[in-house]
Amino acid sequence: MAQKAIREYDAKSILAKHWDKYFPDFTYAYETVMVQNGRELTDVAETKTWLKEKALVAKPDMLFGKRGMNDLVLFKDTKPGDVSLAKASSWIDEKSSSDQSVYFSFDGDKPTGEPSVDKLTHFIVEPFTPHTDSEEYYVSATCVGDNDVIYMSAEGGIAIEENWDEKVTEIPFAITATEEEIAQAIRANVPKDVAEKDKANFAEFCIGFFKAYRELNFAYLEINPFVMQGNKVELLDMVAKLDDTAGFMMVEEWGDVAYPTAFGMEAKSPEVEAIEEADAKTGASLKLTLLKPEARIWTMVAGGGASVVYADTIADMAGIDDLANYGEYSGGPTTGETKFYAETLLDLMTREKDPQGRGKVMIIGGAIANFTDVAKTFTGIIQAFEVYADKMKEVDLKIYVRRGGPNYEKGLKDIKEAADRLGLYIEVYGPETHVTDIVRMALEK
Amino acid sequence: MEQLYTKDTQAIFWNNNKTAIQRMLDYDYTIQRKTPSVAAIVAPTSNNKFDKFFFGPDEVMIPLFKTTADAKEAQPQADVLLNFASFRTAYDVTMEALEIGGFSSMMITAEGIPERLARGMNQTAREKNVTIIGPATVGAITPGAFKVANIGGTITNIVQSKLHRAGSCGLVTRSGGLFNELSNIISINADGIAEGVAIGGDRFVGSVFIDNMLRMEKNPAVKYMILLGEVGGTEEYKVIEAIKSGAITKPVIAWCIGTIAKYYDSGVQFGHAGASANGEMETADFKNAAMREAGIHVPNSFNELPAMIKEVFEGLNLAEIPEPAMSTVPAVRRSKEFICTISDDRGEECTYAGFPISSVATPDTGKGIGDVIALLWFKKQYPTWATEFIETVIKTVADHGPAVSGAHNAKVTARAGKSVVESLVTGLLTIGPRFGGAIDGAAKYFKHADDNNLDPKAFLKYMKGEGVPIPGIGHRIKSLKNPDLRVTGLMNFAEEHFPSTPLLDYAKTVEALTTSKKENLILNVDGTIGILMVDMWRALGYEEAEINEFIESGTLNAFFIVGRSIGFIGHVLDEKRLAMPMYRHPMDDILYDVQEAEEL
Repeated sequence: MAQKAIREYDAKSILAKHWDKYFPDFTYAYETVMVQNGRELTDVAETKTWLKEKALVAKPDMLFGKRGMNDLVLFKDTKPGDVSLAKASSWIDEKSSSDQSVYFSFDGDKPTGEPSVDKLTHFIVEPFTPHTDSEEYYVSATCVGDNDVIYMSAEGGIAIEENWDEKVTEIPFAITATEEEIAQAIRANVPKDVAEKDKANFAEFCIGFFKAYRELNFAYLEINPFVMQGNKVELLDMVAKLDDTAGFMMVEEWGDVAYPTAFGMEAKSPEVEAIEEADAKTGASLKLTLLKPEARIWTMVAGGGASVVYADTIADMAGIDDLANYGEYSGGPTTGETKFYAETLLDLMTREKDPQGRGKVMIIGGAIANFTDVAKTFTGIIQAFEVYADKMKEVDLKIYVRRGGPNYEKGLKDIKEAADRLGLYIEVYGPETHVTDIVRMALEK
Repeated sequence: MEQLYTKDTQAIFWNNNKTAIQRMLDYDYTIQRKTPSVAAIVAPTSNNKFDKFFFGPDEVMIPLFKTTADAKEAQPQADVLLNFASFRTAYDVTMEALEIGGFSSMMITAEGIPERLARGMNQTAREKNVTIIGPATVGAITPGAFKVANIGGTITNIVQSKLHRAGSCGLVTRSGGLFNELSNIISINADGIAEGVAIGGDRFVGSVFIDNMLRMEKNPAVKYMILLGEVGGTEEYKVIEAIKSGAITKPVIAWCIGTIAKYYDSGVQFGHAGASANGEMETADFKNAAMREAGIHVPNSFNELPAMIKEVFEGLNLAEIPEPAMSTVPAVRRSKEFICTISDDRGEECTYAGFPISSVATPDTGKGIGDVIALLWFKKQYPTWATEFIETVIKTVADHGPAVSGAHNAKVTARAGKSVVESLVTGLLTIGPRFGGAIDGAAKYFKHADDNNLDPKAFLKYMKGEGVPIPGIGHRIKSLKNPDLRVTGLMNFAEEHFPSTPLLDYAKTVEALTTSKKENLILNVDGTIGILMVDMWRALGYEEAEINEFIESGTLNAFFIVGRSIGFIGHVLDEKRLAMPMYRHPMDDILYDVQEAEEL
């Protein structure tokens, strides 16, 4: 939720779409394509003929940086600026054919830490832009504390992180800062190392950039570097995050933007995706993260705060190796929504028996609800029990319930009766029992 | 402001969330508040003027408004906005209310307001010195005084958790569910809370821990504070700073949840949107250690929090808090099907708007039928000039001979052997746009023209555009030279007794123009009545909107109905007295033009 990373290709596309509004004095060719394999690149070259005519640069577009350090930027075949369409296609096919190891941190040229290993699936291809180092600049913006901050530097590229404090000029702006105030401050604070001839242009470009950052609801926006040749601008590399809560206002502005899983992150399971889909459709909240699906303790906890307390307690008492999931349902979900959520969890937890032969544990927990009708949500859980009762018994599942709030007496009575009728092991507690005490009880069995 | 709410605090509730509002009123009744804590409801899409809620065993009506501005104007004392708009509109609602002004605090419940909007809204509120609770919160409570919407849950839970009266703890949390849980824990291990705020789960919330804790520091009812933080953000450090600088001196107990997050990479979002650690400083463990270092009472885990509360509380040696009297909300309540606001027959004697019938009925009371109409129709005591005008109108319209359609219908029905009431209603049913309706129409159109400053020429042009003749203008035979004496009488009365007659003055300028075109286009009796009624209400101090409402609801017609009923009954009784036979219309008075139906 909230801040989500998007692909470089999408970031450029969003800026290109609104280019004339924010950068009326500059031109940007927006020659960029995103492909998943070499064949696709060759196909798209039929309509985007610059792919055939110009020397190309290709690199993965999967939400990670330091691509050059990982030798994942194709800009030369035999010498810089000689990459043909055919070369780019074959390189993409080669790089996407097998797992790649990517390091995210370096000590000098030497990678440190463990690499992430995953397949490369998305590549961005653009023309090679011959330019000098002095034409490379840096700009980024994000929110720090209560302020928005713009960072500007006369030096772009990956070296920006070294000596950050010396090279980068940063200006904080209150959320209520006016356009005039912003423009004035940026004009007055152009980094001194920006070439004299570019100073005015640099300021105007940064003013437009910051306006775009604000108006298009970016949570983070970085161009590193951009190349400025007179009024012609090239965006060589971009990183961006959107505030996805603004999505409903930005349908037109953002267009069809994707929020991909980052390289090295496990793809979301269909169950998690189904819960996300259900969450998007309801005013209530349904969240699920699978931590270790083969583990034996599953939680179905109501409330964003209480769910964390349960997870903390399980980690403290049992360690995280036994914790299968993290999730929460809250905001008064309907019986149907709760049933779907419970069924998804029951399906996952009854697939395999515990390898050590122990019984599985389901924690149906929650604080004392403010307005969620406990009996109503528990009816959904009971309906899910009815579907999964046999499978639950197969994995020797023990259920521990603790909940309070509107109608909780009925909810607790109903779930106890249903479990007894279905022959399921259950222990049921109300607000007189400390919120997470059922974790201790479950672990002592 | 040392206390967020008092026992007199009233709120404007944006969105008619009936369950939440009822919970507030149940709380009010339980703690024996004099007035309901919700003074007005903003319901933009509702056409209702009020909604009914229980206040203990009885029902009260809470007014509904289409806009916050209207609600605030009607209930200026209500200085809390409870913004229950969705994440799509919550920002606009807050900003508009900030613009209107007069609010000391606003609570915003929506989760997932765009961050940039939330930040702008929070900043604007800060500049205007308005405390924002939320977004993404269940609210706040000052036990024994005022509770926001659903916080604290059901009444049973509220009493169990001692949220019905002030205790001595100041409680701040992010989470709403855990707020409730902690209230319960505090009631078991200490003496309840003096004030509590769930600041909300979104990344950007208005008032943060420190804002609320600095207020609690000044509140003498708060003897110690409990802070329940979360992984993510740096708000807890502001509290640490305040303790170090001496801005907070009361004992603080704190715990940050989300210690589990350290085991996973940042891809796992635990809990609320605000709960995601960027860097070590934002982890729960780091914050718990820093708070412990600063002298805050920090347990080893959430499960040890209750014992820690007990220990700190007992160390304070506070005097026991007396349990206040409480009212019990009845378990079973029936909503009333009908509402009556004009008369009441439950006491010794039936009253008309508070006045016993005997106090207005006999001549020695000095009251006439105009006074009774004022009481039962308008729930007001009108001055004599107004009640006398009403009576003049009723007398003037009582009858207009047997030939008019209503009287004719009543007579035909009476001759068919029907009763007085049947014959009367037949006549009354004729009253409408073409018969009697000119009073309504004249009031409506002349008022419209006057409200919009149309000069007589422009008014005539406007009416031409509407495609209707001007209601209230024109008479079959009467003219300026041969005036209608009924009209003269009404006008003379108004001139002598009305404080002023602005609409009649305007209508006369219109009449001057119409009669210059045609002699008989005078202001007729219907027009004069309609126009003078508007002048009467204006002089009585009614708002223009209220007068428009009278016109829209057909009140002017009602004067005609009452008056003309007298005449109709006269005609019906006349028929009975004369024992007139069944009436059959003569065939030679009908043009027969009947063609054979074509086959289709």
